[in-house]
Amino acid sequence: MDVLSRYEPIVDDVEAFRAACERPLPAVVRVNTIKASVERARRALEDEGIAVDPVDWHPGMFRLPDDQPGANWPYFHGWIYGQEEVSAVPARVLDPEPGERVWDAAAAPGSKTSQLAALMDDRGVVVATDSNLGRLSALRTNAERLGITNVAVTHEDARVHSLKPFDGEEYDRALVDVPCSCEGTIRKNPDTLDEWTEDHVQGISGVQKGILTRAIQATREGGTVVYSTCTFAPEENEAVLDYALDEEDCRLVDFEIPLDSRPGVTEWDGDEYDPSVEKAKRIYPHHNDTGGFFCAKLEVEG
Amino acid sequence: MSNESTRFDRIPADDAEREALDDPEMATREEVLAFWEDRYGVPPETFEEYTFWERGSGKIWAFRGDAPSPVDIEGLGMTFLRTRQEHWKPTTDAVQRFGRHATEQVIHLDGDQATAFVAGEDQEIPEWDGDWGYLIVTHDLAGEPEPLGVGLYLHDELRSQIPKGRRREL
Repeated sequence: MDVLSRYEPIVDDVEAFRAACERPLPAVVRVNTIKASVERARRALEDEGIAVDPVDWHPGMFRLPDDQPGANWPYFHGWIYGQEEVSAVPARVLDPEPGERVWDAAAAPGSKTSQLAALMDDRGVVVATDSNLGRLSALRTNAERLGITNVAVTHEDARVHSLKPFDGEEYDRALVDVPCSCEGTIRKNPDTLDEWTEDHVQGISGVQKGILTRAIQATREGGTVVYSTCTFAPEENEAVLDYALDEEDCRLVDFEIPLDSRPGVTEWDGDEYDPSVEKAKRIYPHHNDTGGFFCAKLEVEG
Repeated sequence: MSNESTRFDRIPADDAEREALDDPEMATREEVLAFWEDRYGVPPETFEEYTFWERGSGKIWAFRGDAPSPVDIEGLGMTFLRTRQEHWKPTTDAVQRFGRHATEQVIHLDGDQATAFVAGEDQEIPEWDGDWGYLIVTHDLAGEPEPLGVGLYLHDELRSQIPKGRRREL
């Protein structure tokens, strides 16, 4: 089935959208500032003859037009992490500060966990949760290579995340970068759409609602929750926000990102959503030559 | 002693605290700091913000912060040190993170030697005149020395201790 055609009503310039979805993306790395400065990492890459092309909107990210990240000295030392550039958006929107308590609700394999730890200067704590032990082991390996020491890893279903191990302490911020139908990653994984079904979208949106509501409950009043996916499906994006706005004490807030984006949609497939979902941002592949993404910022109320 | 696979126990501060535990083999914080200082010259204040935890037998983790003890989770900070054996052994990750503070038992490799080391190869290096045992191994990267990991030096030979999963052909 032609999955992308379902989004034609909400995408401007359908042809450019489709063309962008078919172009592959270059490898991108983010410098792990816990272990090296951006300049030193750049010099280490260049010393090996690896071409680096800075990502203009994100300091410390480099496109590697001719190489893959894994087989060079700065990778071995944990100075760099392979991460698609648009996936660096939600941790920056969450904007955690050193010393805070932060929950990464669907953390493995750890690109955003490690980015959060770096934004916090490895101070405070990032509780990184995942339900899959194999993926958690990848997260642990990545975190260790990057030398992160402020992360606590838990194996559980995020929908029933327990605050017990840390004496019930609530979070200052939570990142809810949920499992999704991932159409936004087709430029990296062209097979993504082969297994796409409407049933899967419906099923996974239930999981997403469960994780987002748990994150809001586990975050203190006045704290911040960021919800993100790499899908275009409103069932997994605005519909999930609409549900959380109904069920929990929270509101959507405005935020800026240095990428071209479109507002969240308030109508889809006969459903209408809370008008404030417009504050969310849809990032399409043809606007910035990146993968696709969805991101929303919420404030937890009393 | 803790044998549960996901249970972390904060290690006792000193001998007095350890006595209450009825586990004479458990490392203390005092001993961990003394090990890094006495063997490698790493100042104890390097770890001021850290708590140390044991999970399983002898594996010590370093967490930058504190938590209620015991805590039943999958990971807490980074794996840091192997104790409960004759010679304590720092992990590759701990050496990469904290090894730059070391002033003793640091062996510096040239480019070819460093490449062989991270590929997991043992090599003859007779010119080393420091102690035998676990050394901190460094090489030059982007103009400065940078720690690669742990080597076991015995009989003129440096044996790579890079774990299989971290080895690379560079």
